[in-house]
Amino acid sequence: MATALLSIRDLRTSFITPDGVSRAVDGVSLDIAPHETVGLVGESGCGKSVTALSVLRLIQPPGRIDPASRIEFEGRDLLALREPDLRAIRGNRIAMIFQEPMSSLNPVFTVGDQVAEVLRVHTSTPRGVAWSKAVEMLGTVGIPAPEERAHDYPHQLSGGMRQRVMIAMALMMKPALLIADEPTTALDVTIQAQILELLAELRERVGMSVLLITHDLGVIAEQASRVIVMYAGEVVEEAPVRDLFAAPLHPYTEGLLAAVPRLGGGRGRLAVIPGTVPAPTAWPTGCRFHERCPYAWDRCATEHPPLYQIATGHSARCHLAAEPERRREKHVPMAARDVARQGTTA
Amino acid sequence: MTARGAAEPLVSVRDLRTHFPVSRGLLRRRRGVVRAVDGISLDIAAGETLGLVGESGCGKTTAGRSILRLVEPTSGEVHFDGIDVRALPGEEMRALRRRMQIIFQDPFGSLNPRMTVGATVREGLTIHRIAEGGDADRRVGELLEEVGLRPEYASRYPHEFSGGQRQRVGIARALAVQPQFIVCDEPVSALDVSVQAQVINLLEELQERHTLAYLFIAHDMSVVEHIADRVAVMYLGRIVELATARDLYRAPIMPYTQALMSAVPMPDPVTKRRRIVLAGDLPSPLSPPSGCPFHPRCQHPARDAACAAIVPPLEEKEPGHWAACIKQLPTRITWEEQRAAGGTVEPHRRDLTATA
Amino acid sequence: MPPDAIAAGPWRRAWRRFRGDGVAVAALVALGAIYLAAILAPALTRYDPIAIPANAQAAAPSAAHLFGTDFAGRDVLSRVLFGARISLAVALLATMCSAVLGGGWGALAGYAGRRTDTILMRIVDAALAMPRVVVLIAVGTFWGAVSPIGLALMIGLTGWFTTSRLVRAAVLSLREQELVVAARALGATRGRILARYILPNVLSLIVVTATLGIADVIMIEAGLGFLGIGVPPPAPSWGGIIRDGFDQLPSQWWMVLLPGLVIVLTVMAFNVVGDGLRDALDPRQLDR
Repeated sequence: MATALLSIRDLRTSFITPDGVSRAVDGVSLDIAPHETVGLVGESGCGKSVTALSVLRLIQPPGRIDPASRIEFEGRDLLALREPDLRAIRGNRIAMIFQEPMSSLNPVFTVGDQVAEVLRVHTSTPRGVAWSKAVEMLGTVGIPAPEERAHDYPHQLSGGMRQRVMIAMALMMKPALLIADEPTTALDVTIQAQILELLAELRERVGMSVLLITHDLGVIAEQASRVIVMYAGEVVEEAPVRDLFAAPLHPYTEGLLAAVPRLGGGRGRLAVIPGTVPAPTAWPTGCRFHERCPYAWDRCATEHPPLYQIATGHSARCHLAAEPERRREKHVPMAARDVARQGTTA
Repeated sequence: MTARGAAEPLVSVRDLRTHFPVSRGLLRRRRGVVRAVDGISLDIAAGETLGLVGESGCGKTTAGRSILRLVEPTSGEVHFDGIDVRALPGEEMRALRRRMQIIFQDPFGSLNPRMTVGATVREGLTIHRIAEGGDADRRVGELLEEVGLRPEYASRYPHEFSGGQRQRVGIARALAVQPQFIVCDEPVSALDVSVQAQVINLLEELQERHTLAYLFIAHDMSVVEHIADRVAVMYLGRIVELATARDLYRAPIMPYTQALMSAVPMPDPVTKRRRIVLAGDLPSPLSPPSGCPFHPRCQHPARDAACAAIVPPLEEKEPGHWAACIKQLPTRITWEEQRAAGGTVEPHRRDLTATA
Repeated sequence: MPPDAIAAGPWRRAWRRFRGDGVAVAALVALGAIYLAAILAPALTRYDPIAIPANAQAAAPSAAHLFGTDFAGRDVLSRVLFGARISLAVALLATMCSAVLGGGWGALAGYAGRRTDTILMRIVDAALAMPRVVVLIAVGTFWGAVSPIGLALMIGLTGWFTTSRLVRAAVLSLREQELVVAARALGATRGRILARYILPNVLSLIVVTATLGIADVIMIEAGLGFLGIGVPPPAPSWGGIIRDGFDQLPSQWWMVLLPGLVIVLTVMAFNVVGDGLRDALDPRQLDR
């Protein structure tokens, strides 16, 4: 990719737990271009949130980022930066918003103060000016009567409003990259619609790139131009959004798409991925999905698949890319066979 | 309220209200009332699934618990198989609980961390003296298998299981007493997509096998459409629309329902949909708007001052399709009444071709 | 998927966590040693703690008398060891009394209706308004010579109020949790819910509060003993020992300082163990 804004190569982040070493992120590489919205999708435990936190080096012991990983942003190696330089980037060039605004906002300061603080931390703007810019920003993110609302404390605002405050804080410095970790999962669906619209609009206005992390395939379909699917700490498929939904290659992506109930889809049993996500302390050998895969054959159990390039911009970590004829041999996945009933046990 | 031509409903709710007093201040004076459930009526037939959808604060969870008397309703009627549930004294109520059960949303909070999974599932058997000793153990093993868990797991503690597995334990617990009716309170909201599918399938299988009636409470429209026969939409403690799942999704009448459905992001990047984005926040149940609770956010072309003054009754607008809107004919709130309340636009029949 | 390991209940896991806390374990071992020393007191010393020896002389610590002798010539270490029996027994009994009373009262208040709750807690509020030590002094003075059991009861009956408040709060919040709602939905009686769902989940709170409370009790007993209330002389009790030696300060420091040190270390050990217990029994850990 020509001058990617963010370039992650071979990121490995692990945690020491009482059950052993948890390799939450195990060799993830991805690029984000300027003005691009990339969706990072996966279920709990796949490592997507840890990936995001690693970019900003927000991983605390007992977590640790492998020094062999590389994270480059605007040409600089984020993992090699000293703390003061890193702090100059956080909230300024790269901003992050989280799922639970209540736990990310400081309950003892007004929202106006918190938004203004972003400005004052990164620039030498005087208090009064910072405050009025904060009020302006609160208005931009759609908070009615911002001059008054700015004096409110987080607990006085609804979930949707708090999320808007978080977005305001994130956008104050007009970052080049916004990392949004499940920004609407905790919100009601009508509020979610409002926030997603707002994000799309601001994206245009500020011209920033967005790394949108979520488990909601609907949100991805709507917002992202390119999608990266993660499973068991790795990238398993990457494609432009239309290609991913129209012709997914990786059986996990296929399974996910088939398992989502759709409006207008009617009754009938949902297609199910049997088994459960493996534990990050003990990733299976070979392909990490093979026990749950309806196409797996002996190669899958022993040989860990690399990311195969299928088409421009479309890659998948699956041996089906090398042996596509195996797709015809669909069978009951191993994980479904050793339980009393098929299709259960998660 | 039931599907046409059905026999006596298993569960029958009439004008149910559950209000919570709010007391503030030094002397704990009553400052207000939260009208969590404010007059809902519905029927559920044996073996049927009634979906109950709405956003946070609409009262759906309280409604489910009020029907089971896990929260005492303030007024209204609840009949189960002809029995007046609200009038039952303690001992008989406990006995009735065998027949109506509940599954919770939070797989982590609904199991006692100090009891093994087997003990949890056995609770119902012990309380209602259904089985004891070795008999009970066997039954527990069968139940665990039925929900897709290995019988050996009975000796394990909840913390050793994933969210989806704990949810299955909760289902086994409810099944143990052989109920006829289960309130499913957002049973899959906290689960991942692939796990969600497994649990939904399980619930459907169990329903067929045991002829269970479900009140399926959720905020995820796609899930509800999938599993429910009929769906009720709640807003601020009231039911604003009630119809078969098919009718509701094909042709919703209420602007709120239309907005709700258009707000759901579809996993389909190609089809562009016209999205109705509602303005403003969900109002607080402590101070609901006057008249129709939805009027401040409503984008219906006929919305006017009458909407702010008159509380719309839930009426049958089309066969089997009920809605609470005075601007939608037929309605028993006459035009004269509406005009008297400040109305400026006449109600009209819905143009079926103009829906989103 | 759970591995095929032996299922571990919440108490076993808590024990494992406690074991990992080095400082807490050391404190527990120290306490064990102190209790053991108290139990084995007759075997550990050849000096009679009560009888006044022929050559009644106060002597500084030496090889023969590790803690020196008091004004009556008695071996201070012996007195401390035998005093430990009384003081520690009183502490244990009083704490158990407080735990049971406070736990039961609080659980009842939390679980019964609003009315019962108000009545029960107003009583607690009133009781908390009384200065505990002053009351104990008054009672003790009137009572005169008290047996260790009487002393324990006195202290226990005046020390359960805070526990009841804590337990009540915990029960109130537990009640709303879905595990309790689920039990009600199954048709469980209130008694069953209290016994199987509420109490097991507040037990750890009671244990921690009690452990931290023992330290308090020891201090109170020592204080009372110092004031001459409680177990009458010549029976040794920690407070009494300090009082006996008090008048000889500062020249004959060993009569006060060394027993005092023992008291302080015991109290510290209880506090450290209590803290360790609190961390190990942390309810948030129930998911691990």
